[in-house]
Amino acid sequence: MTDKSEEIIRVEGVSFAYDGVEALVDISLSVLRGDFLAVIGPNGSGKTTLLKIMVGLLRPQRGRVWLFQQPLETFNQWHRIGYIQQKATNFDPIFPISVAEVIAASLNSVRRPPSGRRAPVRKKILEALQTVGLEKEAGKSMNSLSGGQQQRVLIARALATEPEILLLDEPTTGVDYPSQQNFYDLLGKLNQQQHLTIVLVTHDYGIVNRHVNRVACLNQKLFYHGDHSEFCQSDRFRELLQGGHHLISHRH
Amino acid sequence: MSGDLILSSLFLRGLLAGGCLALACGLLGVFLVLRRDAMISHGLSHVAFAGVALGLALNLMPVIFSIAVCLLGSLLIIRLKEQARLPGDTALALLSSAGLALAVLLMSLKKDFGAELMSYLFGDILAIGPSEIYLAAGLAVLVSAGISLNLSRLIFMMFDREAASVSGLGLKKLDRLLVMMSAVTIVLGLRIVGLLLVTGLTVIPAASALQLARNFRQTLFFSCLFSLLSILGGISLAYVFNLPASAAIIFLALVIFALAYLLKRRY
Repeated sequence: MTDKSEEIIRVEGVSFAYDGVEALVDISLSVLRGDFLAVIGPNGSGKTTLLKIMVGLLRPQRGRVWLFQQPLETFNQWHRIGYIQQKATNFDPIFPISVAEVIAASLNSVRRPPSGRRAPVRKKILEALQTVGLEKEAGKSMNSLSGGQQQRVLIARALATEPEILLLDEPTTGVDYPSQQNFYDLLGKLNQQQHLTIVLVTHDYGIVNRHVNRVACLNQKLFYHGDHSEFCQSDRFRELLQGGHHLISHRH
Repeated sequence: MSGDLILSSLFLRGLLAGGCLALACGLLGVFLVLRRDAMISHGLSHVAFAGVALGLALNLMPVIFSIAVCLLGSLLIIRLKEQARLPGDTALALLSSAGLALAVLLMSLKKDFGAELMSYLFGDILAIGPSEIYLAAGLAVLVSAGISLNLSRLIFMMFDREAASVSGLGLKKLDRLLVMMSAVTIVLGLRIVGLLLVTGLTVIPAASALQLARNFRQTLFFSCLFSLLSILGGISLAYVFNLPASAAIIFLALVIFALAYLLKRRY
């Protein structure tokens, strides 16, 4: 049974500036278990900065962050968090690594609590690859895969460590449109069927909005944070539509 | 002739020390090349050279003294990169110049060890003493263990540093481990192929492996294999044809690289 009121991430009064230039001003929001939160906003609105603060890559200059109800400063259960950075598929093209090695390296590195039954690494790798439909590619070189397949491998890598939340920063940059749709369908399935909490920074709100249930609209300040359905009725959504943004509501 | 070769303790000592060095260089070289840190061995070899000069000037064991100085130098390079916000190659240039300047200064102050110091410039594998075999074996075990025990963490860090950081890996510790292992390997390399060619020994076998390997484990295997072939083959050629061993080793490594490159183009 999942407790849908459980707070996975809480951000409170967070501000951040790069060399005096404000990137985020007084941001407060929370992510509950089972949420699929889309963080949207124009270029330079602070979306990536917010995500990096959430996973501890950047320290906020004001405000605080809690992960699984623990202050970020003392949080150490990183196996509960999966993270895929922006342009993650822009890895070194000469790096010689197979699909299975990408997942094994993460699986063997992440500290997990001891459990009674631990599946062998090889079995976990195959299970993770099956989830993303790439079980036949385990022995292939990462560089021989398409951008869309590489994204799926990175999702498999994150899933293999059995995280409770997945945070992704514009994961489909440079991926063709059909692969983008497949990718977001996969995220939707993981959220619905495996109850994985997802935070997604995206420009592709038009493609992804049929899967999300929460939206955070950011432009240095938080302009909207709430239900996806309410967002589609809101003035903010109409303003963004008039502004020429690619924000099309999907009717269920 | 072959009976003479086998019986020659000089030759055997060279092969044993060379084999240990080959293993350490083959493993480490892959990490240095993929991290774009190939020139770290160049920079550290100059620091190690200064360590040897200091050891000789103070009448201490030059190789042991050099390891200590080189380890300190490696930590200083990391500190300069992190805290003085210097690009890695600039930090290396600073330290390698300092190392060479110190060695030259010591040589001019104490002229009696100039000839011995020069042997570290070009290496002299056939002059390896019995105690240095144990040192070489110890270093090879140290580097192999350091890499084997941390292999997954090192691969994760190099492939995706940001994701590795979020997963709670101590990246700074891993950075230090790699640089310190490089430092001890380079001191040994200095004794065997010398200051001027030690960079080639750490870089060329790894570069050859990258031409053929399809995954990381294959890369490590090929790099060690090519490193062993170069060093053991080079020493044998040097012994048989009375050539300088360091030059024979590096030329053999380059021939292997050329073959690997041609093989890659063909298939």
